[in-house]
Amino acid sequence: MPSIISRFRTDKVPKTQSAISEPRWMRYTLMGLAAGFLLFFLLIPLFSVFFEAFRRGIPAFIATFEDENALAAIRLTLTVALICVPVTTVFGLAAAWAITKFSFRGKSLLTTVIDLPFAVSPVIAGLIFVLIFSGTHGWLGPWFESQGIRVIFALPGIVLATMFITLPFVARELIPLMQSQGRDEEYAALTLGASGWRTFLRVTLPNVKWGLFYGLILCNARAMGEFGAVAVVSGNIKGMTSTMPLYIETLYFEYATVPAFALSSILTLLALLTLVLKNIIEWKAGG
Amino acid sequence: MGITLAYLGLLVMIPLAGVFVLTAQMTWEDFWRVVTSRQVVATYKVTFGVSLAAACTNAFFGLIVAWVLVRYQFPGRKLLDGMVDLPFALPTAVAGIALTALYAQTGWLGQYFYAIGIETAYSKVGIFIALTFIGIPFVVRTVQPVIEDLNAEVEEAAASLGASRTRTLCRIVLPALIPAMLTGFALAFARAIGEYGSVIFISGNMPMRTEITPLIIVKFLEQYQYAEATAVAAVMLVFSFVLLLVINLLQRWTESIGQARS
Repeated sequence: MPSIISRFRTDKVPKTQSAISEPRWMRYTLMGLAAGFLLFFLLIPLFSVFFEAFRRGIPAFIATFEDENALAAIRLTLTVALICVPVTTVFGLAAAWAITKFSFRGKSLLTTVIDLPFAVSPVIAGLIFVLIFSGTHGWLGPWFESQGIRVIFALPGIVLATMFITLPFVARELIPLMQSQGRDEEYAALTLGASGWRTFLRVTLPNVKWGLFYGLILCNARAMGEFGAVAVVSGNIKGMTSTMPLYIETLYFEYATVPAFALSSILTLLALLTLVLKNIIEWKAGG
Repeated sequence: MGITLAYLGLLVMIPLAGVFVLTAQMTWEDFWRVVTSRQVVATYKVTFGVSLAAACTNAFFGLIVAWVLVRYQFPGRKLLDGMVDLPFALPTAVAGIALTALYAQTGWLGQYFYAIGIETAYSKVGIFIALTFIGIPFVVRTVQPVIEDLNAEVEEAAASLGASRTRTLCRIVLPALIPAMLTGFALAFARAIGEYGSVIFISGNMPMRTEITPLIIVKFLEQYQYAEATAVAAVMLVFSFVLLLVINLLQRWTESIGQARS
């Protein structure tokens, strides 16, 4: 799978030369088509989130956040992200390190396995954890249940499903970056007598810091927004195992449109913030 | 290294293998009965048909958007460029309710479509809209770097040899972009097939008509029909694996062309 989400590109626009430029009518048609497509499928939907959220004025918007269940959903979403993002980051560093700095057999297979969560439907991601940990039907579920640990329809299940979904994000960012940097600097540090750990902290980590940060914010956005996988494992118990996206669904199907869009607008702001940070990072890393 | 393998094994390999182990525990007749039952087959048709349509739309418009973003200068270009990634960052549930509100009969855009007789919500058209939305970045982001790397001299040569601009575009530029476009298409297609969050709001979820395959897995699970859910999941997984393989091959093709050029 290509790293479609990981390109630090330079924004170079070739000077318009008449020989390799389209006639004016064609330019405007293409620009019109592109703008129209993005307008109808991207910009208007984005704008409508905020419009719907404030449809009944600011007091109705604020009232959403006085609802106990909504607050519980926000807390749960933050908790899940706080657990998943560090774990995924450590894994991503370890995986990228192993893949780029060592040679071993089955490397491309390993890379493919890291990509799997991208290709698997989120619903199936949820299903596999239900099959293992369900209290009544799962393989390990009954044992965990007897130890007093609930996995499915509880926080551990939500965390597991989110970890599965976000697994490729950090690793996918770091692998191409570390590959392009090669191993020379690490070798130099090692021959100068630095320990392996010190080399990692002082040489490898600073070299990839932007890529790492970029993977981190993408991972965070996904962790907070995941719906399909979490819907399957959480049981969606209001105020208990309902994350923000799940609570948005509940509200929406209860015809509580304004609160649904108010919560959505928070997640949308988060998405926009992610995009802004991403562009800042690309600019920093490129320049 | 050890951490990586252990983590991948525990979190990805064993659970996914579980799907196939459980499927293998069913008899072949049971399996076949489930995955070819009328309601399930109807979901394949909806999922694959609409995903294909959405991916094609994205391939076409994605190519144009990528071209415009790289080659033309206009106000707001950088902003649009940044916005293309929105479907990656926006939670699918948010996308789902926003699109539904917009394209429902009473929505801003929906009212016009309904007026000319197109039901844009709670129909296949609705699913198509949602799947197109989530697939936007894939084609644009795979084609964009290839356009950036295109060698302008080749186009100039074609022009100086008397080719019209249209001819140059069709014979020189387009063939160079096709592998990347196909990769983006396959990615958008793969994503569309698995998509759940944004679709369930706009589709109306009517059995036999607008039910998608991921939804029927969820329905089986809600009725504690684990074997049925697993069987359908296994079918989807096999398809995803095949698609992943195709994507990897396309990827290599794109790269080999890139190397041949440079």
